[in-house]
Amino acid sequence: MRQFFVFARKEFYHIFRDKRTLLILFGMPVVQIVLFGFAITNEIKNAEIAVLDQSRDYYSNRLVQQLQAGSYFKIDQELQSHQAIEAAFREGRIKMVVVIPPKFGESFFHLHKAQVQLLADAGDPNTATTLINYARAIIGNYQQELNGPQAMPLTINTTVRMQYNPALKSVFLFVPGVMTLILLLVSAMMTSITIAREKELGTMEILLVSPLPPAMIVTGKVVPYIVLSFINALVILGMGVWLFGMPIKGSIVLLLLECALFVLTSLGLGILISTVTDKQQTAMMASMMGLLMPTVLLSGFIFPVESMPLPLRLLSNIMPAKWFIIILKDIMLKGSGLREVWPQSLVLCGMTLLFVTISIRKFKIRLS
Amino acid sequence: MHPIVTKELTKKFGAFIATNAITFEVKEGEIFGFLGANGAGKTTAMRMLCGLLKPSSGEAKVAGFDVYTQADKVKQNIGYMSQRFSLYEDLKVKENIRFYGGIYGLSNNTIKEKTKQLLQKLQMEAEADQLVSALPLGWKQKLAFSVAILHDPSIVFLDEPTGGVDPVTRRQFWDLIYEAAGRGVTVFVTTHYMDEAEYCDRISIMVDGRIQALDTPRQLKAQFQADSMDDVFLKLARGK
Repeated sequence: MRQFFVFARKEFYHIFRDKRTLLILFGMPVVQIVLFGFAITNEIKNAEIAVLDQSRDYYSNRLVQQLQAGSYFKIDQELQSHQAIEAAFREGRIKMVVVIPPKFGESFFHLHKAQVQLLADAGDPNTATTLINYARAIIGNYQQELNGPQAMPLTINTTVRMQYNPALKSVFLFVPGVMTLILLLVSAMMTSITIAREKELGTMEILLVSPLPPAMIVTGKVVPYIVLSFINALVILGMGVWLFGMPIKGSIVLLLLECALFVLTSLGLGILISTVTDKQQTAMMASMMGLLMPTVLLSGFIFPVESMPLPLRLLSNIMPAKWFIIILKDIMLKGSGLREVWPQSLVLCGMTLLFVTISIRKFKIRLS
Repeated sequence: MHPIVTKELTKKFGAFIATNAITFEVKEGEIFGFLGANGAGKTTAMRMLCGLLKPSSGEAKVAGFDVYTQADKVKQNIGYMSQRFSLYEDLKVKENIRFYGGIYGLSNNTIKEKTKQLLQKLQMEAEADQLVSALPLGWKQKLAFSVAILHDPSIVFLDEPTGGVDPVTRRQFWDLIYEAAGRGVTVFVTTHYMDEAEYCDRISIMVDGRIQALDTPRQLKAQFQADSMDDVFLKLARGK
């Protein structure tokens, strides 16, 4: 046990004397969370739009007011003709144009039918769709208002409630995603690099000649990173809760235990990578390319798994991150307990066991 | 009982025979030189004796323990310094000593005591709190050797310990080796430098996985009618 502490202390010296390591360990999580939380967001606020109101009656005026009322749209220009639409889009600021044809109010009440045209800049299709949906909803509300409570004989009223994330905050998706990414990065990449470094410098040989059992060498190298990863998890959770108002509806103990489990899975991966490489550079590239990229793309962090083609959907199942993101969201947003997340947890346990087993076998082969 | 005894010790990598049935004994307190060209099998032989590599066949006992079944005991009783640098550059001199003492299970008091002695002997008290990366290469190697014998092993293995060092520092390094041998530590050293070979009590010369010659430097020179170990080595390597 004393040998273990001696070893762990040495590992902390390595970590705290290397500025790059420190930066990756503690700078990156904060930067990423802030970036994803504040800057990279797919919510729309104060989108600049233009209006071409050819009717200019009381009703069209009120529609324009309604569009402006929420925090979604800001009317940037009032256009005078159809020709001006193209020019307005070209300027680049305007994301949508609302065209209200002549005699808007008149046709609504006498022909029972009025038209509004929405033109969106579909250069960015996602934004365009979102804008159109917002506008439709506002116009729909306005129509109901004009009709009065019982104007239409038969109606289907849809009341929508966005369960678990009523305000559709994208932070709720990003906090679990970034947390997964950071834990994976720190645990897998840093451990694979630190083990590869001992091999590269030749100190691994000295350690293997010493009476330390190989298992102790690996544990001694890995435990400091477990501690640091866990601290990272706490920091990210704290930022999520206090900075972005992310709820933790489920049990915090369970949440932390699941974090610990995922840290172990990632460490297993890191050790596995380090058994196949002798160079720090290779270890880093392997972790970056083989781990980070697929995780970002396939874990459901950025692109929804449900909309992927079948082969990719199957592939996403071997990403430990996919399961961990599900667990995090379920516990934090839905308040799920172990009864709900045990299948995902079991998958992570299985993966951890697999990685460690393969690593041990590989390690032994190298020694003989 | 001899500290190192091998009999027909062999290591094969697939069809390639790295070490071919080598048999030798090393006496207590002896400085035993292990010479050979690159790829002659020196390092493989040494790695088997240190318990880093399992032999394919043959026998070997180090410090009285069998390398097959008692590798743990072997490891407790040997020191090792490799050709590549074996201290941590980003640790201070003191921290390196404490780390190696710690993994060999020395108590804190012993480590403290030994650190003091060691720094005094190497005249490095002023550098105790410096990072190893700031030391000149010669100092690092002397320090690495002292650390390798910190736990008082009965045998120390040195794998090309003086690579890249100037002759003066090399001589100082050998003073340390002599001193250790004088205290009864058996020294097993591989080297490229023929002048170093002259410092050894006995030398074995390996060619293509076999031991081609084994004797004191003086006897070898007489046997091959050579003026220096360099000549002996060239005659052997060229196939006489």
